[in-house]
Amino acid sequence: MDSVVTAAGRVILGKDRQVRLALACLLARGHLLIEDLPGVGKTTLAHVLAQLLGLHFQRIQFTSDMLPADILGVSIYDRDSGAFNFHPGPVFSQLVLADEINRATPKTQSALLEAMEERQVTAEGQTRPLPSPFFVIATQNPAHQIGTFPLPESQLDRFLMKIELGYPDRAAERELLAGADRREVLAGMAPCISPAELQAHQESVRRVHVSDALIDYVQALVAHTRESADWQAGLSPRAALALLASARAWAWLDGRDHVLPEDIQAVLPGVAGHRLRPAGEGPAADSIGRLIESVPIP
Amino acid sequence: MAKRSGTLLVPTQIWWLLATGVAVIAPLAPHVQPWLTVAATLALVWRAALAWQRKPLPSRWLLLVLVVAGTAAVLWQFRTLLGQNPGVALLILFLALKHLESRTTRDGLAIVFLAFFLALAQFFYSQAIPAAIASAAGVLVATATLLALADPRAAPPAVLRRGGIMLLQALPLMLLLFVLFPRVQGPLWALPRDAASARTGLSDTMAPGSISQLSQSDAIAFRVRFADAVPAQKLLYWRGPVLPEFDGRAWRPMNEPPFPQLPYGEPGSGGLDYETIVEPHGRHWIFALELPGATTAATFATRDYQLVARAPLTVRQRHRLRSYPALQAGRDDGESLRQRALFLPEGSNPRIRALAARWRNAAQSDEDVLRLAESFFLNQRLLYTLAPPLLGEQSADEFLFDTRQGFCEHFANAFAVAMRAAGIPARVVTGYQGGEVNPVDGWLTVRQYDAHAWTEVWLAGRGWLRVDPTAISAPTRIDMNLAAAVPVGDPLPLMMRVDLAWLRDIRFRWDAVANAWNQWVLGYNPDRQRDLLRRLGMPQPDWQRMTAALAVLCGLALLALTAWTLRQRQRRDPALALWQKLSRRLGRRGLARRPAEGPLAYAQRVAAALPQAATDMHAIATLYARLRYGAGAPALLHELRHRMASFHP
Repeated sequence: MDSVVTAAGRVILGKDRQVRLALACLLARGHLLIEDLPGVGKTTLAHVLAQLLGLHFQRIQFTSDMLPADILGVSIYDRDSGAFNFHPGPVFSQLVLADEINRATPKTQSALLEAMEERQVTAEGQTRPLPSPFFVIATQNPAHQIGTFPLPESQLDRFLMKIELGYPDRAAERELLAGADRREVLAGMAPCISPAELQAHQESVRRVHVSDALIDYVQALVAHTRESADWQAGLSPRAALALLASARAWAWLDGRDHVLPEDIQAVLPGVAGHRLRPAGEGPAADSIGRLIESVPIP
Repeated sequence: MAKRSGTLLVPTQIWWLLATGVAVIAPLAPHVQPWLTVAATLALVWRAALAWQRKPLPSRWLLLVLVVAGTAAVLWQFRTLLGQNPGVALLILFLALKHLESRTTRDGLAIVFLAFFLALAQFFYSQAIPAAIASAAGVLVATATLLALADPRAAPPAVLRRGGIMLLQALPLMLLLFVLFPRVQGPLWALPRDAASARTGLSDTMAPGSISQLSQSDAIAFRVRFADAVPAQKLLYWRGPVLPEFDGRAWRPMNEPPFPQLPYGEPGSGGLDYETIVEPHGRHWIFALELPGATTAATFATRDYQLVARAPLTVRQRHRLRSYPALQAGRDDGESLRQRALFLPEGSNPRIRALAARWRNAAQSDEDVLRLAESFFLNQRLLYTLAPPLLGEQSADEFLFDTRQGFCEHFANAFAVAMRAAGIPARVVTGYQGGEVNPVDGWLTVRQYDAHAWTEVWLAGRGWLRVDPTAISAPTRIDMNLAAAVPVGDPLPLMMRVDLAWLRDIRFRWDAVANAWNQWVLGYNPDRQRDLLRRLGMPQPDWQRMTAALAVLCGLALLALTAWTLRQRQRRDPALALWQKLSRRLGRRGLARRPAEGPLAYAQRVAAALPQAATDMHAIATLYARLRYGAGAPALLHELRHRMASFHP
């Protein structure tokens, strides 16, 4: 997998950590939400991952007039056979990029989010499984931009992680400006692993060991979010499970067969950031940092 | 790390401090001068407003002026700054003003410690259960505030809960100290102050109307527990002040000092043993069942058979007494005593005198006169009521012939006057009649509305004989209680109303709890402590032995706690123990592990600071991480020990 990170680093400059988080999310069989301003490389990241992992890729550009059928697919009457034929929508692919998901209406958003959760689509009374592996990278602009429908907490919970890309640093940006066109670089890339290998990796991630001491730590973290006045509500058991799954993938990416507190701390901002709403003012990232600092490792 | 005094208070902490101020000052408000409460409230509200609007605190000069003014006001109020009341007043003022200059957590600590002291000051004024609850609440809030000062981000309910848990953990130690700490005889500062001040109760004179005003009070006069069954209601005459001196309107006691012994000997049999706890009323009287058998170490007796305590009842007193309901005394009383019991002022109550003269003419003996008088009282159809009409100069005459409505003192007054007019020595006895058994704990409770007055007449060969004229006209008063005897519609005290049975039930329960509190908490004096310790097997519990026992038990408690902690530590992961040892070792070089630092992150930090030890440190950290978080390889523990032993950064 290191080759994936290295290769992706050639296109997404100076964002190794975010690339690793995205990969961890994928390995933990979760879906990824990327929130940032337009033009910082959200879409490119999705492209790169699809390319390098050899996944079948579809992009859905969300707009406010989109309907669920535009994503899931639609049955059309075929005059020759005299029957309705189902034409699968763009969701039937291994890696779906849902671009600017918060531009669509809640109805359309929830159609995709349901498919993400169930990993199958039910249309016209028939249930069709989605391909495997199935991975959704959704991007959204910060909610305070005009013309958006922010995802409610229950929908945000469907995403294993939410990451932000941020502006590139000065050196990376210079390389970007001076170097070759990223699209050409991207087009010239060959897949590093096959989908079957990816699934094998996902299986080995599941077997990464989690000790009692580490579970103590996760429980202490979760308990602190529930008792502290920093947040409106604490982390749910589902969030704790997500935390463990992500930390397993992170440890596996690091070449270990057991999870360390550092793994938890590394994925905590991504996993907890969109699930905790700060009670006071100040960005959520600060409060996650304080959370890590104020819970001793047992 | 922030400087000790330099951490600024955050708003949550300010609210906690204000809550502490309110929690300890509010329960004191009924006991201190109103202006103190107002001043403290103003200061706290001011602080709250400043915190709310995020405005700066007032200048130190203004505060100085306020402190001087407050001290001067206390000085003006009490004429001194020393003593209990001025001390409490100053504490309240300073606690409130301290809020106005509290910027840092250190100021906050000062407030909390003042608050702990003020929570204790509750007990200067009252030691009843509500005061204890209020004080405990104050201590709880103050403890929670201490926690909030240490951790400003913790949520208030969690802080309050943790404070409560801490106080509960302190409870065993508190009980140990309560039971074993050597007690001082008598209260240290004559506490509580209010015990001796005016209270409802019997007075030492009786005029028409003086007892009926007690009938509205359901305050407790005393409680009694009989060793055996409670005697019949009509035998429960609790003897209080005896009033032989009459001036035509009011009855007064003899002005003679009491004796160490009763003027009669104790009979051999027929005694009733009981224990009584008398509420403080400021006088010496204790109320024994008629007639008391003997004085005790703590009591004297008057010539007319009233028991009095050696010390005035400024605090609750407990007495063990024995009485003989069938006993009659005074057969050999001398001429002078009888003469005094015959005195009537010149020209008083002429109609009764005339009547008595007719009885005397018709009767052969004193017993006959008594019988005639009793039947006259019965035939007169006198009405027993709580709201009798007012009487003029000749109160006995007017009661017996005109208004014919009265309370027990009217009956006793008229009967005693009539007896004296007929030449039979008579005197008025006041006290209580009856009482109510609390079904919860079996104690008999006698309340102020059980106050009663009756008469005693002296018959040759028999001595003093109790005659209760109220019982002649209103027998239900004696057989049952006041409520059964008075006409429907008379205003009754709350506890007597039959329609409020649920309220009476609650009151019974509360009384039982309060009684237990009085006995076991407030009444835990040196005697009881000695008793208890003797029963627990300490042969001669003097203060040296008690202190020794206290030290031994506290030591044992500490040992148990240490053993428990050690066991907890042994149960800990051995790898973790090694890891913490490493952190302590590196801590001496300023490289202690931060609580939230994982093994690899720590190794990296140490490696950066001590490049020569980098390899070892990484190896140790990896080993530890595999041991503690890996899938079990106990053999690595040996390697970790080995690595640790050879690690010399």
